[in-house]
Amino acid sequence: MKYIDEFRDGEVAKNLALSISAAVEPGRSYSFMEFCGGHTHAISRYGLSDLLPPAIRMVHGPGCPVCVLPIGRVDMAIDLALNHGVILCTYGDTLRIPASEGLSLMKAKARGGDIRMVYSTIDALQIARDNPAREVVFFAIGFETTTPPTAVAIQQAEAEGLVNFSVLCCHVLTPSAISNILESPEVRQWGTVPLDGFIGPAHVSTVIGSRPYEFFAEEYRKPVVIAGFEPLDVMQAILMLVRQVNEGRAEVENEFARAVSRDGNLKAQDRVAEVFELRREFEWRGLSVVPYSALKIRQKYAAFDAERRFNLDYRSVPDHKACDCGAILRGVKKPQDCKLFGTVCTPENPIGSCMVSSEGACAAHYSYGRYKDMH
Amino acid sequence: MGRPGGRLIMCLAIPVKVIEVGADDTAIVDLGGVRKEISLALLADVQVGDYVILHVGYALSKLDPEEAEKTLALFAELNQAGMAA
Ligand code: SF4
Repeated sequence: MKYIDEFRDGEVAKNLALSISAAVEPGRSYSFMEFCGGHTHAISRYGLSDLLPPAIRMVHGPGCPVCVLPIGRVDMAIDLALNHGVILCTYGDTLRIPASEGLSLMKAKARGGDIRMVYSTIDALQIARDNPAREVVFFAIGFETTTPPTAVAIQQAEAEGLVNFSVLCCHVLTPSAISNILESPEVRQWGTVPLDGFIGPAHVSTVIGSRPYEFFAEEYRKPVVIAGFEPLDVMQAILMLVRQVNEGRAEVENEFARAVSRDGNLKAQDRVAEVFELRREFEWRGLSVVPYSALKIRQKYAAFDAERRFNLDYRSVPDHKACDCGAILRGVKKPQDCKLFGTVCTPENPIGSCMVSSEGACAAHYSYGRYKDMH
Repeated sequence: MGRPGGRLIMCLAIPVKVIEVGADDTAIVDLGGVRKEISLALLADVQVGDYVILHVGYALSKLDPEEAEKTLALFAELNQAGMAA
């Protein structure tokens, strides 16, 4: 398809790799964090780490929405489906996330919960229209790309008087997660994650623009290159990062200029601001409680807030004791460091959330990279 | 989706061509030969012929063909240099 295939050309990828090798200064090593699960996926899927010179280490970041969703939030969705008799609509990605008591949404469905996979909030609204006698809740998760569609759904429900529709809002914010990583004690004091720069998210940035990253570049002296999700985009971004490091620059550069502007999508931002406000704090899997890192539904739309409507309380639940997802999400450990990796924990039977989809570091490594360590 | 090891559906976003702009903030796009209705509630000024990035049923941003060409031209240059070397 146009604007996809051109950005997957293997010959160009090899030439980009040559340029990167040529740009790398002898004796110097470079660690870059790709924040987004989409980039983690591209790096594993297209074997980009094999093309890169050994001096470059890619560190997986916490930008996989499924990976950072804490158990307690999935428990709330399961509670709605099993104990409140609602129709719970969710993106299919959440179905396998491990929750408390060995449950997941998929297992809750097998126990009789009315859980329906939707592709879009548009479908969730339709289910609410079709079932006026039932409560319909949309389990809203994700970063700045999925938030505007949730805002549209809430405004649409209000406009139509769809009183049986509400949203369990778990939307989180990218810039807060990046600050949290940069300010974590591992990064600041021990230097165990010496990050030399970031690959900035592709689609998140189409919404928020490149401007929010200017703060990181200035405040933390880290270069940021926003990149598309195709393999050539990622390679080009790495080349741009290496050049910035070599030249001692820390700027925001935009490799994905074909879809990202400095200001982003103002119409989408307005919709989000109209419906949501900052949450004082939100627990992330791996990053623990991060202040002002997530959104909640404004008072004006309280009628569509499932937390208020069903009097739900968030309860923090610790991860499986042996699961290293937390350290992996902060870039401190690698999937292979976890004792359960590939034996007890597999994509078929995930113990931690990083094994659920190939945007997660563990599943990406399992699906595409696990045999490479053997030779 | 939810297929083990697959990409997250809510992270997939692809460039698609707008072939009709309809009423109520909707449009018809060409998705690899298949016609699909999407929402334009999040994007202003979309015209027939534009490429937009489609994400969970909504157009999220417009694709700028000139910027895409610039990036591809950069790659083409690199390939020339690579072949010459
Ligand atoms: S392999 Fe499984 S248990 Fe180990 S860190 Fe990854 S997701 Fe957690």
